[in-house]
Amino acid sequence: MIRPDAPVLLEIRDLHARVEDKEILKGVNLTIRAGEVHAVMGRNGSGKSTLSKVLAGHPAYTVTGGSVHYRGENLLDLDPEKRARIGVFLGFQYPVEIPGVSNLEFLRVATNARRTEQGHEELDTFAFEDLVRERLKVVQMDPAFLDRSVNEGFSGGEKKRNEILQMALLEPLVAILDETDSGLDIDALRIVAAGVNQLATAENATLLITHYQRLLDAITPDYVHVMAAGRILRTGGKELALELEERGYDWVDQELAALAGEVA
Amino acid sequence: MTASLSAPTSRAAWLERWLSQLPEPSGPLAAVQQRGRQALSQLPVPSSRVEEWRFTDLALLQDLPLTQAAGTSATAAASSDAVGLCLQLDGSTDPLAGVALPAGVQLLSESELAQGLGHTLAATGCHDHWPVELNHASAGRVLALRVSSRCKLRLELHSSVSTGLLPLRVLLVLEEKAELELCQKLEAHGSGLTSLVLEAHLARGARLDHGLVASGCSDAALLAHLAIEQEPESHVALTSVTAGWGLARLEPRLVQVDGQATSTLRGLQLVGGRQIADTHSHVLFAGPEGQLDQLHKAVAAGQGRSVFNGAVQVPRAAQRTNAAQLSRNLLLSDRARIDTKPELEIVADDVKCAHGATVSSLQTDELFYLQSRGIDAEQASGLLKRAFCEEVLRDLPAVARRWCPIEQWQLEDA
Repeated sequence: MIRPDAPVLLEIRDLHARVEDKEILKGVNLTIRAGEVHAVMGRNGSGKSTLSKVLAGHPAYTVTGGSVHYRGENLLDLDPEKRARIGVFLGFQYPVEIPGVSNLEFLRVATNARRTEQGHEELDTFAFEDLVRERLKVVQMDPAFLDRSVNEGFSGGEKKRNEILQMALLEPLVAILDETDSGLDIDALRIVAAGVNQLATAENATLLITHYQRLLDAITPDYVHVMAAGRILRTGGKELALELEERGYDWVDQELAALAGEVA
Repeated sequence: MTASLSAPTSRAAWLERWLSQLPEPSGPLAAVQQRGRQALSQLPVPSSRVEEWRFTDLALLQDLPLTQAAGTSATAAASSDAVGLCLQLDGSTDPLAGVALPAGVQLLSESELAQGLGHTLAATGCHDHWPVELNHASAGRVLALRVSSRCKLRLELHSSVSTGLLPLRVLLVLEEKAELELCQKLEAHGSGLTSLVLEAHLARGARLDHGLVASGCSDAALLAHLAIEQEPESHVALTSVTAGWGLARLEPRLVQVDGQATSTLRGLQLVGGRQIADTHSHVLFAGPEGQLDQLHKAVAAGQGRSVFNGAVQVPRAAQRTNAAQLSRNLLLSDRARIDTKPELEIVADDVKCAHGATVSSLQTDELFYLQSRGIDAEQASGLLKRAFCEEVLRDLPAVARRWCPIEQWQLEDA
């Protein structure tokens, strides 16, 4: 839902970042307002996942230039846990398995960290169980998953549902979903997409990172951005995704080559 | 800890002094005491010059007060009910005074004791073993119990020492298909040495579930020998947890006398500061079709040092043995140290013997995942450390599990 007067949640300006010695982001610009759904598409290696990890504060990535502001605050100054507590959520492409840490305890500790930041009381074990059972319905997840270790032995689809369950509990204002559709069969994709749609409100925003149009059939984006060589090359409406699906990414290479020509 | 090394052949002056100050041998263990003192006066104190003690030099015992602990504090009242016994072991008073034994449990008679004591130690190759002889030389009491055929018993043993030497000796005989759940708690709150020698003999089809939780302090040492003899179709599950000792040496030694038995070993040792924890386990399959499932874990922080040596002997008679051993270690500091070594001696040709070892620090990706959900770095690493330990703790019998306040065990980071 595009409302030009809606408050800006995330403002990315000329963002540069590298991992080890390799520069991956080379000047990303993106503004996300409340109520909007953005999709970033692009080939492998275009920098999509790096963008999501930089926004969440992964220690392996170094920001070398530019700025990111979240509701006016310099996001890059904050630890990953602080970013999460103030409402920035990253749905992982490959959710990490943590044997020995119970999923229920993990969800409770995370939820309470966010609640404390918001000035709410922490939930005790019983109150949290009630909440989590209600939120499980968002992704049609079996309560048995709560008793297992975090993501341990979960199928690809179960891991992604667990990500969306975390999103449902943490109620972020900016949710960045990194290839949430990868590894999902049609049914699981439908459930995950329905969950994301259910959680979208006029107050929050979603940034979908994906390869494929099929996720965007289920979650309609307001903006589609095409990323290549560490930059956003083109921005359009949802029809841009359809065009990509039809024409593939070859034209992106041509545009890049043309850009390089102009620069030269 | 710097150790002054004595030459392997010369006797240590401090030990001479200690031996000379011991009271005259007396009581039911007088003969054992005599033999132990004799052995100690001839054996060299284990030092880093000996392979078995390469990392754990016992010369540092000389700095500890080794007069027998006078009073120990009771951590639980002695009690008994139809299937359970809860006893205090303080090395000097009779743990069974005023306690009624449940049906199916008897004290060993004097002649049975004379016959049985030391049998399993010999069968598991503890002859002339210095820490065992130290226990022999000083222990004045033995708790010697028999669980009758097909009977079930829960036994809790509590020991807590504030300072000095606490020698503990236990002998357990499990008759055919007897079942014993043994939860044992050792605590030390000050400078001293806790010496435990436990023997258990399991007849055919018997079952022993032993949880040992030993929590000490930085100026306390623990030397524990757990010698277990298994007849066919018996089951042993031994889960041990040691934390906080300046020096802890744990030696579980099992023999499957005719194979065809099941042994499950779980060990967790935590070291921080300048502590040393050393587990030398030894499993001998003296017959065919034996099974071993062993997992040993260690967490080393500060300048702590963890040692694991897992010996498994599979002689020609032990065909179709199935043994698996895994050592997993968490290194939390640059200055901590882990030494881990499997020691498989396989002669039989039709066997499965797996072993493996890993040493790692906390995983960046796991930490980041937790942080990305709002959990701060310290809490996240705490969750991961607990998770690492939980794999062993969950195998403790429920009573012993409650003795592990892992949240309170401070594992300092580098």
